[in-house]
Amino acid sequence: MSAIQEVETVQRALRTMRGQERWLLGLLFTAAWFLLPSMGFAAEGTTAGPTEYRDIPYIGSRNLVWIVAQLHLLLAGFVLGVPIFAWLCEVIAWRGGEKRYDKLAKEFTKLLTSAYATTALFGGILLFLLVAFYPKLMNYLTDVFFPSFLLYCLLFLFETATLYLYWYGWDAMQYGRKKTLHVFLGFLLNFFALFIMIVPNAWATFQSSPVVIADGTAFERAWAATWNPTWWPINIHRLIANVVLGGYICGAYAGVRYLSVKSTEDREHYDWMGYVGNFIGVFGLLALPFAGYWLMREIYQYNQQMGITLMGGFLSWLFIIQAMLIGVLFLGSNYYFWLGITYRIPGSEAKYRRAMLMMLISLLLCLAVWMTPHSLVASIEEAQKMGGAHHPLLGVLGVMSAKMTVSNLMILITFMSFVMYWRAGKQDTAGWAKLGKAVMGAVLVLASVAVIVLGIWGYFVPAIVRINYFSTSQVAIVGFVILTITPLTALLLKSAKTTTEMVWGSMPPRAGYALVLNAVMVILLMTLMGYARSSSRVHWHVYGVMRDTSPYAYSPALGSASLIMAFCTFFFCILVAFIFWVATMGDKYKAAAGTGKGELPHGIPAMAGGAPEERQ
Amino acid sequence: MGALGKPIILMVGMYAFLKFVLPNIPGSAPLPSSLIFLYLLLTASGIVIFETLSGESKDAFWGPIQRFLTGENIGGLQALRYGVFILFPLLVGWQTYGSTAVSDLPPTESRTIHPAPPGEYTGLSNPVPKTPENIMQGKGFYAAYCSPCHGGNFDGKGPAARGYIPAPANFADPTTIAMLQESYLFWRIKKGGVGLPIEGAPWKSAMPRWEVELPDEWIWKIIMGEYDGAHQSPRTWE
Repeated sequence: MSAIQEVETVQRALRTMRGQERWLLGLLFTAAWFLLPSMGFAAEGTTAGPTEYRDIPYIGSRNLVWIVAQLHLLLAGFVLGVPIFAWLCEVIAWRGGEKRYDKLAKEFTKLLTSAYATTALFGGILLFLLVAFYPKLMNYLTDVFFPSFLLYCLLFLFETATLYLYWYGWDAMQYGRKKTLHVFLGFLLNFFALFIMIVPNAWATFQSSPVVIADGTAFERAWAATWNPTWWPINIHRLIANVVLGGYICGAYAGVRYLSVKSTEDREHYDWMGYVGNFIGVFGLLALPFAGYWLMREIYQYNQQMGITLMGGFLSWLFIIQAMLIGVLFLGSNYYFWLGITYRIPGSEAKYRRAMLMMLISLLLCLAVWMTPHSLVASIEEAQKMGGAHHPLLGVLGVMSAKMTVSNLMILITFMSFVMYWRAGKQDTAGWAKLGKAVMGAVLVLASVAVIVLGIWGYFVPAIVRINYFSTSQVAIVGFVILTITPLTALLLKSAKTTTEMVWGSMPPRAGYALVLNAVMVILLMTLMGYARSSSRVHWHVYGVMRDTSPYAYSPALGSASLIMAFCTFFFCILVAFIFWVATMGDKYKAAAGTGKGELPHGIPAMAGGAPEERQ
Repeated sequence: MGALGKPIILMVGMYAFLKFVLPNIPGSAPLPSSLIFLYLLLTASGIVIFETLSGESKDAFWGPIQRFLTGENIGGLQALRYGVFILFPLLVGWQTYGSTAVSDLPPTESRTIHPAPPGEYTGLSNPVPKTPENIMQGKGFYAAYCSPCHGGNFDGKGPAARGYIPAPANFADPTTIAMLQESYLFWRIKKGGVGLPIEGAPWKSAMPRWEVELPDEWIWKIIMGEYDGAHQSPRTWE
């Protein structure tokens, strides 16, 4: 249509109207008429090219993916961590003949089976959300990782089949060669679980530290992308973290059951289960800081920008919160050990109270160092008095040399707590007991001094010397202590006389609450560090390769992020509580239908004041 | 009050130590309230943990508190109990008001001292050979351009340092440039305070943007001179 024709059309429209209304309507009509072609151009512009992002109102696509991914990861951590120690418990029962370990392994596996489907469900939801919200990114990742997607599907099939056989065949494969087969199934379950973890780890770590090759077959490109610089550090870190998470959650489950069960038999069982859960959590916790340190070192070495964003930039505050959470975890775990000494081994309190006090003071001092930031939160007035954001005296505690030193010392203290618990109620009878204890004491003292000396010396050497030699030496020293004292103690206790029998089921209610607190701390830690690792990519989907061009290409403020972390933790706890409630529904029914044999005289659960301490 | 006495004395003693003793140690300074709170929290946690390790110690510790709060057999302490019931909520209210009320003081700052450098600066290595001549030349440039603030002894105590908050960095402190790669210093010297990313806010660095006055080669030499003069080494991976 030419311009003259357009004008004539407008004039014809105007003639059909009268007065002011006519003029007003005419003007609107004219404006709309001339705007039509431009609207067409705009429409053409928006329909060009494939959709890169989709969004949903209110919560936003990123937040939704964040929450679902975090819940999936937490559930997956539990599902992949539990089979490790469930299988180990089964092996202990199989080789040692202690039936209670088999029962425990079965109980762990029961929790596993009920959580497995939920994990897969959240994995499916996550996949749908990623495909829907981030089609460009998913298309790119599919191009890179197509072969491993297929492998993952296969692994999932094998894992599911093995888990079904392992769980449903438990009672049927109890004796003889069938038991051997069952133990082998447990091994296979863990074997597939390991690969189920490390294959997706490659996808996640590729986004942070991509290795992209243009040439080669699909398999070669996928393999190069898989073997990226942070893949193995994450694999090891997550493997240990999964054991820690699984252990503490099982501990929390036992703690809650301990608080609510009424019969003496159940109380003893769940007290013991809580002990095993805490032990597994602590066992993993001892190794976790080393794995975390290695991961951070690799990230820093891979890219200075990413390393500084994490450790010195805006995400560095998360590491102070991390120190607090790990501190609570160490305190909670040690507190549980100490309560065990006091309550399960009558008469031990007087003997060990002083040692417990020393350990507590040492732990708190270490924790104070670990929690002290390099740059302090200070008002202008306070900063003026300090001469800046660093305190002239305490500022030195804010860097890695100090943090590594105290984390190693905390590991040593926690290990010694366990050794103390192990030795309590026993009297050495071996002729070399005195010498053995002197050697152990010397090893411990010398190791502690060496760790502290290396920590202080670390301030006066180049960073690379500290990182490559001093920090690794500190870890090696702690490892040496653990590997020396454990067999020596085991040898000593082999011939030791038991002076006081361990009394299970005698812990106070606060022991159960400590177990729950530990589990919550671990979950919070995982949500916190998951955010830190993911956010270190800043505005990149794939670091340095594919930029995030969505409206969400910014890092959320730490306060907003902490809200999501808290929500994820809360929701995960609710989810786990629901899953466990469903899993144990049958047991409760059976217990209710039973005769009530072994019930406490007044049948009061520990949480309602029925614990032995309160009954006296 | 027997079992309660020690914890109370410990808390008061710890507060007095952090508030009055530690700041007066030579080379020290007053602690910010956030740090004092953190250490007191740890102390209180330690007390609760230790006092609840056994049934007897728990009863000895919580018993008096419980009796005081319930008013059971406390005799003449009833008036004090009512006083606590009235004063405690008021104290909490006062604290809440104090922390949320509009104030004429500037807000507490949680500065990011080391924001991440832009991608183009990561991975850069010093192109200037590390020879005694270049290091000496670097120290000369440092003396001319940097020492007025960062000090002739590389300790952040130059003649102009007193005029700045935050104070210029002390390079002799092993927790400053020894933690960083040379490329990081190159970026900071080149772009100065005004060239820092938003992540570094609230950034009040008076560091000049030296790229408008100094060629890159001089900046690299200054970096070498700084490390050598402060007896520090840059972070490397080899």
